[in-house]
Amino acid sequence: MKNVVVSNWSLVLAFALVLVSIAISAKEKLGLTKDILISVIRAIIQLVVIGFVLKFIFHVNALWLTLVSTLVIIFNASWNAYERDPNPHRKLLDSIIAEAVGTYVTLGVLIFSGVIKPIPMQVIPITGMIAGNEMVAVGLCYKALNDSFHDLREQLLEKLALGSDIKMASMLILRRSIKTAMQPTIDSAKTVGLVNLPGMMSGLIFAGVNPVYAIKYQIMITFMLLSATGLGAVISVYLAYKNYFNERMQLRD
Amino acid sequence: MAIIELKHVAYQVKNKHILQNVSFTVQKNDFLTLVGPSGAGKSTILKLIANLMNPSAGEIRYHNKNINEFDPIAYRRQVSYCFQQPSLFGKTVKDNLLFPYQIRKKEADQNHLVDLLNRVDLENDFLDKEITALSGGEKQRIALIRNLVFLPEVLLLDEVTTGLDENSKAIVHQLIKAVHEQGITIIQVTHDQSEIKTANNIVQIKKGGVQL
Repeated sequence: MKNVVVSNWSLVLAFALVLVSIAISAKEKLGLTKDILISVIRAIIQLVVIGFVLKFIFHVNALWLTLVSTLVIIFNASWNAYERDPNPHRKLLDSIIAEAVGTYVTLGVLIFSGVIKPIPMQVIPITGMIAGNEMVAVGLCYKALNDSFHDLREQLLEKLALGSDIKMASMLILRRSIKTAMQPTIDSAKTVGLVNLPGMMSGLIFAGVNPVYAIKYQIMITFMLLSATGLGAVISVYLAYKNYFNERMQLRD
Repeated sequence: MAIIELKHVAYQVKNKHILQNVSFTVQKNDFLTLVGPSGAGKSTILKLIANLMNPSAGEIRYHNKNINEFDPIAYRRQVSYCFQQPSLFGKTVKDNLLFPYQIRKKEADQNHLVDLLNRVDLENDFLDKEITALSGGEKQRIALIRNLVFLPEVLLLDEVTTGLDENSKAIVHQLIKAVHEQGITIIQVTHDQSEIKTANNIVQIKKGGVQL
């Protein structure tokens, strides 16, 4: 554990890296200085708070508290994914269902197969990883749905005019959106270990775990993320596309 | 017998009035033409009749019932709208002509499709032709027969011959005439004088209103 201890003084020195971003923003007149400072302050406060919260939860080690923590993570991920949906008729419940099903199904498989134990120290970080990746996938889905409903509007109207139901009329859009959402996870799975050493694996190696054991966890994470993003994308797309239509199966403006 | 009836129909987008107080009746097996200046809202009327949009005021009746009382899918299969600039989908002509069967979950009738192709002067092997290889006239003919794979009761034609060469135009005219003779009610929007003459009923649309 000695390897993974970061002193406060080291953190202060590392802050110089933030100054590099601020300097770039100032020199290139990007107008991002305020945003960078706010994001850094938010990150510090959020991480400090979460550090103490996690310490408390791990100490209490109660199932109900673990469950509540996963619900909080899922709600936050759902809210962020929902915020990325450009459709003015979006529904928060769609994101919550997609995030919750994707996260709990994946988590359930990992627990019942014995890959992780149902203890907060393992469940909470894994839930965060699953929900976070799903959040990105669901957000991408919403963006792709919106773009496709805009680009393929005429074709969609023609299908509706021929007497198609909204699902058949939107099928091309649904497939395209799911593909867009899953592509980054698939690409990342292809290059894992070659381009990047992901967080979980790097963390274990930092903590002194044999890299051969660390890769087992990374393989598990790869499987987990493929499942979670796939489920999240499919569920969110099949729920959210309906928001583009009114009760008369007409495209909303 | 009235098949379609518009009663004081209005349509507006935000604060812009596209249509105001439009009323007319279409009898069964009528061949009605909507004429009027560009931007008068003729295509909007067709889209409203096709139930692709809702009027902001007034009502549209089909067989003496408000169209919103019908299931929209079943209604659109009976009142079929053909677009001015059709977009074909999928890869081949076949993908387009099979779509009406797919949405009805019915087995495709190859002979019927070939017959339809022949009626618009296209060869049998056109079924496998890629849509990117089609001319504008061929695309419009495919789009039109796509609406006729299952015969609707009312056919809405939105300037379907605009931009076509004389040969394609004549083929499309022949098909529309034949379909009308089969008992289909036609409501068309056109600027073509020869097409206006073929109609047995004309409705003149003015900016924001209607004049019979």
